[in-house]
Amino acid sequence: MSEETARLERIGVSSGWRSKAPVGLLAAAMAVYPWVDARLGLQTLGAMLPICLFVVLALGLNIVVGYAGLLDLGYAAFFAIGAYTAAFLTSPISPLPFRTDFWSAMIIGFFVAMLFGVILGAPTLRLRGDYLAIVTLAFGEIVPRVFLNLERWTGGSRGMNPIGRPHLFGVQFGPSDRIAWYYLILIVGALSVWAISRLHDSRLGRAWMAVREDEVAAASMGIDLVKTRLLAFAMGASFSGFAGSMFASLFQFVDPSQFEFSISILVLCMVILGGMGNMYGVIVGGIILASFDRILADRLTNWIHGVGKAIDWPLLLSIDLTNARMFIFGLALVLLMLFRPEGMLPSRQRQVRRDREGGAVAARLPRPVPTEHEAATEG
Amino acid sequence: MALLEVDRIHAFYGHIHAVKGVSLQVDQGEIVTLIGSNGAGKSTTLKTISGIIRPRQGRVLLAGEEISRLPPHTIVARGVGQAPEGRRIFPRMTVLENLEMGAFHRADRGDITADLERVFTLFPRLRERRTQAGGTLSGGEQQMLAIGRALMARPRILLLDEPSMGLAPVLVEQIFAIIQDINRQGTTILIVEQNALMALSVTQRGYVLQTGEVVLEGSAANLRQNELVRKAYLGESS
Ligand SMILES: Nc1ncnc2c1ncn2[C@@H]1O[C@H](COP(=O)(O)OP(=O)(O)OP(=O)(O)O)[C@@H](O)[C@H]1O
Ligand SMILES: [Mg+2]
Repeated sequence: MSEETARLERIGVSSGWRSKAPVGLLAAAMAVYPWVDARLGLQTLGAMLPICLFVVLALGLNIVVGYAGLLDLGYAAFFAIGAYTAAFLTSPISPLPFRTDFWSAMIIGFFVAMLFGVILGAPTLRLRGDYLAIVTLAFGEIVPRVFLNLERWTGGSRGMNPIGRPHLFGVQFGPSDRIAWYYLILIVGALSVWAISRLHDSRLGRAWMAVREDEVAAASMGIDLVKTRLLAFAMGASFSGFAGSMFASLFQFVDPSQFEFSISILVLCMVILGGMGNMYGVIVGGIILASFDRILADRLTNWIHGVGKAIDWPLLLSIDLTNARMFIFGLALVLLMLFRPEGMLPSRQRQVRRDREGGAVAARLPRPVPTEHEAATEG
Repeated sequence: MALLEVDRIHAFYGHIHAVKGVSLQVDQGEIVTLIGSNGAGKSTTLKTISGIIRPRQGRVLLAGEEISRLPPHTIVARGVGQAPEGRRIFPRMTVLENLEMGAFHRADRGDITADLERVFTLFPRLRERRTQAGGTLSGGEQQMLAIGRALMARPRILLLDEPSMGLAPVLVEQIFAIIQDINRQGTTILIVEQNALMALSVTQRGYVLQTGEVVLEGSAANLRQNELVRKAYLGESS
């Protein structure tokens, strides 16, 4: 193989239709989904909107967890920050003396979340990796609570409503304009995919990979560890931020309970389930988990209840999958770690590791990051 | 003026005083070794030079400019390249990607092909294996990759920490022959070694480190004759 083809193959250019085909298929399926939904009378388009937004969230968290190898347990906090930023900037009940349109609010939400990412990450990323997990966990608990307690401005548990809507070439984005919303989210998602794959193949993407693989070696290659990690963390946060502002506008309502710990865990599960580091794996993982969360849990429960009534078996009537969601996610994750620890569609790098270590090993969660001091003396 | 000057550095791990006032110099174009038994502080000295550990006292100068307060990535950019202890190959990147990471900090991306060629000429084995994942290479191949990767940074001075570790004797000789080649091609080198005999036979000068202090220094030939070195490091029991 010539140098050139090796290089192209490595960055995934010449790997041909084989790897491109599933991606194209997925994109086509997503594009015609509203039509299929209407034709088959599935009535799932309303649920598809948050599902797609959660996929965008998972894509953002994948930068942090999959690319840079950092464990963020409070990702929903940035989602909340984006959502409340949109609410403050566009809602008529906002305490602010001015308002903006939705698009500005979304962009501001992006930067506000990024700013909080930097504020939180800058001191923490100098410490060990498990500190980051703890700090983000705490942050994820604190943020919704702050919104809850700032009742004078946020309405506390009553939440904020209504929230500004997007305007685009005269298209309406009201609560019932599902098709318009669907394509808007799809376009935003596609732009995110494009931006993230550019990032992944960039110099910064390389640095993330190196830091994740071996930080001492990365430092000896001239990579600034703190800056590299901080960029991943802040970029992940900003994705969560603009997804949050879309979420707020879509539902026309924000309240603190929408941003609980379980949301952070759900998004983390999407990233792990799909295959940390592989963007398409994460998309598939996100669609599966979010569909279960938003559509299947409910419908399966109804179906089981129907069966229970038909065969007159009351035990079935007591089953409620929607309440057992977290249990089912946990179970799925355990099974996955046992049988396919790199996720459904592992990134190329993780596949290599699997080959080398001979299959199922421990979970591929990010390793704790040693301090500079420890890093210095490892080995 | 020496290219690298280490001036009475003290390095600590918590309360452990690992390096106690070590001074050494490496001139432009030289190849110098730092030998000593396990735990003498050799790796710590290298880590202090590359900025991974901050010296509590003392200074490190590169071509007369102090680098001991700079972060590691800046020190690399100034021209101090290293193959760290334990090789530390990126296991899931290919050989080629590992080498490209070596050139990470360089702006002149265009010239990388020339340097790749140079590394592949020094280590033909790496060329054969360039699409293989780093983590699946043999120990010797990983050592070659670690040295090659450090060369990709085009360092003014190359720090090598135990390049012979875990290698078969034939391979050790081969690696040292290549290190000499690299030096002849103009790269200044500082090697840390357990294998004192080998290190002293390819280098010009050496320093002997014992419990964090330099106890001997001199030309490689003199050190080879030295009573203490012969007893302690060359395994002679006269
Ligand atoms: N992270 C650490 N924490 C505490 N002490 C350490 C640490 N790293 C090294 N040391 C101690 O510092 C001293 C010097 O260690 P160093 O790694 O520099 O030795 P070395 O000369 O490279 O030895 P070797 O030839 O075995 O690699 C040793 O006593 C070691 O135990
Ligand atoms: Mg050592």
